[in-house]
Amino acid sequence: MAGTIRVRATASGDTTEVQSLIRHPMDSGFVKDAKGELIPAHHIEVVEFEHGGKTVFTALWGPAVSKDPYLKFSFKGGKAGDELKVSWVDNKGASDSLVAKIQ
Amino acid sequence: MTEFHDAPDAARRTILKGAVVGGLASFGLGAFPFPAFADVDAKQWPGDAFKAKSEAETLKALYGKSAEASDKVSLDAPEIAENGAVVPIAVATTLPNVTGLAILVLENPNVLAAAYKIPAGAQASVANRLKMAKTSKVVAVVESGGKLYSASKEVKVTVGGCGG
Amino acid sequence: MLRKLCIAVALVAGTAQSLLAAGVGDPQADFKAFRKYFTERFSKVPLNDFVNGPYSMDQGLRKQWKAIDEFPPYEFAVEQGKQMFATPFKNGKTYADCFPNKGVGVRQMYPMFDAKWGEVITLEVAVNKCREANGEAPLDYTKDDMAAVTAYMAFTSRGKPFDIKIPDDPRALAAYKKGEQYFYSRRGQLNFSCASCHVQSPGEHIRTEVLAPALGITAALPIYRSAWGGMGTTTRRFRTCNEQTRGVPLAGGDELYRDVEYYLSYMANGLPISGPGSRP
Repeated sequence: MAGTIRVRATASGDTTEVQSLIRHPMDSGFVKDAKGELIPAHHIEVVEFEHGGKTVFTALWGPAVSKDPYLKFSFKGGKAGDELKVSWVDNKGASDSLVAKIQ
Repeated sequence: MTEFHDAPDAARRTILKGAVVGGLASFGLGAFPFPAFADVDAKQWPGDAFKAKSEAETLKALYGKSAEASDKVSLDAPEIAENGAVVPIAVATTLPNVTGLAILVLENPNVLAAAYKIPAGAQASVANRLKMAKTSKVVAVVESGGKLYSASKEVKVTVGGCGG
Repeated sequence: MLRKLCIAVALVAGTAQSLLAAGVGDPQADFKAFRKYFTERFSKVPLNDFVNGPYSMDQGLRKQWKAIDEFPPYEFAVEQGKQMFATPFKNGKTYADCFPNKGVGVRQMYPMFDAKWGEVITLEVAVNKCREANGEAPLDYTKDDMAAVTAYMAFTSRGKPFDIKIPDDPRALAAYKKGEQYFYSRRGQLNFSCASCHVQSPGEHIRTEVLAPALGITAALPIYRSAWGGMGTTTRRFRTCNEQTRGVPLAGGDELYRDVEYYLSYMANGLPISGPGSRP
């Protein structure tokens, strides 16, 4: 899956706030389709955020995270112009990644 | 100016900014942002913890310990969720040396909703959107200095987030 | 809850009749009476806030909405719509060629009366007429691409006030009246009219939903609805409403849906476009 990640990373003083929105069905595996059959679980498992070669945050998600999942967190460091890499992998082995610029 | 007028202008600026940062190939900028190779280690996903059916079982699987209640953990969740499919929940704490954070929804088929690894330098706070199957106690757990602390809140759900 | 609403419906008959009787299809008089009813009944709600539907009525919901609106899921649809605008049809033309001002910042003018066609044209119908005029198949009226392109168009009109015109043409006035009549007529197994919920009971819970006021109710469309786990158009919302009240949903582009959207949007003249929106 490509182009699924949207990021807003803003540096303010010595802190960078990161908000991300990822396009992903996050099917829980508990919902039935129109035919009455269970839609299999299909959800992101791990999201990793990297800056300056280090992991600055890791999300471990289960099927109870909402569709098109959102996340907000902050880390020390980062300034406007720096790169922030966001990557995810799901339970089917699909993945996507994006390098964004901190504003 | 009403509150409403401030929101869309700010949102419009932010969304347009976000659209640039989001980066579709068609933007044709070439430089940033750009798609990259995702070399995420999926092995770090705690499968056992995500299958656990109780708070105790979840915390044992995730951290190998149990939690004590603490006022220093703050859990921001609505009294009544507008829709169980998308419940905005935020956790923050004033505890020091935080290395992990987890959010449990006790009445969900699987109790653990999300867990976070917080390396040194990251703030011990997170905002996310979770599914709740029905009215449930939500528990936020923080790992600080090697011990677990928690806060909980009951969130009422009228429309379940699991499709029912 | 249902019993309470049934009692309320009986009261509505009176309220609705008085709203209806005020102008009996005289748009300007109707407009005044409609506006007066909502602003007096909900005197603490700032006028422009009515376009936020249930969030103007309930603080708990409002807080959750604000959290989601920080980075709303409809953003994907807006981007997709923008892409659609940038992608030419097979004949080389684009959506920009069909709309005034290249389709940017024009959503607040819809629905409008099309003198050549003799009927009311909504934004969704305009999109499909554009496609058909350029050799493309029409879109499904309820979601996906239609939701994306109208989400983009709504986004470019954010904050602009509704500017719905009823020209001096008996056909336009007839369409307005048909829309008004549809709004106040009871239908379906539950024998509810649109007014039963959206005039009599805004802010109240019906089953699990908080009812939006009819004033400005079309301003936030299309919407990303948590209940749908995705986007839906005006058509989709109207159809769902019909289904929820055990009535018969109409097809996208149906004259009655176009007319009732015309009526409701005219009643919202001056209120800002808030779409695309998030809803429970």
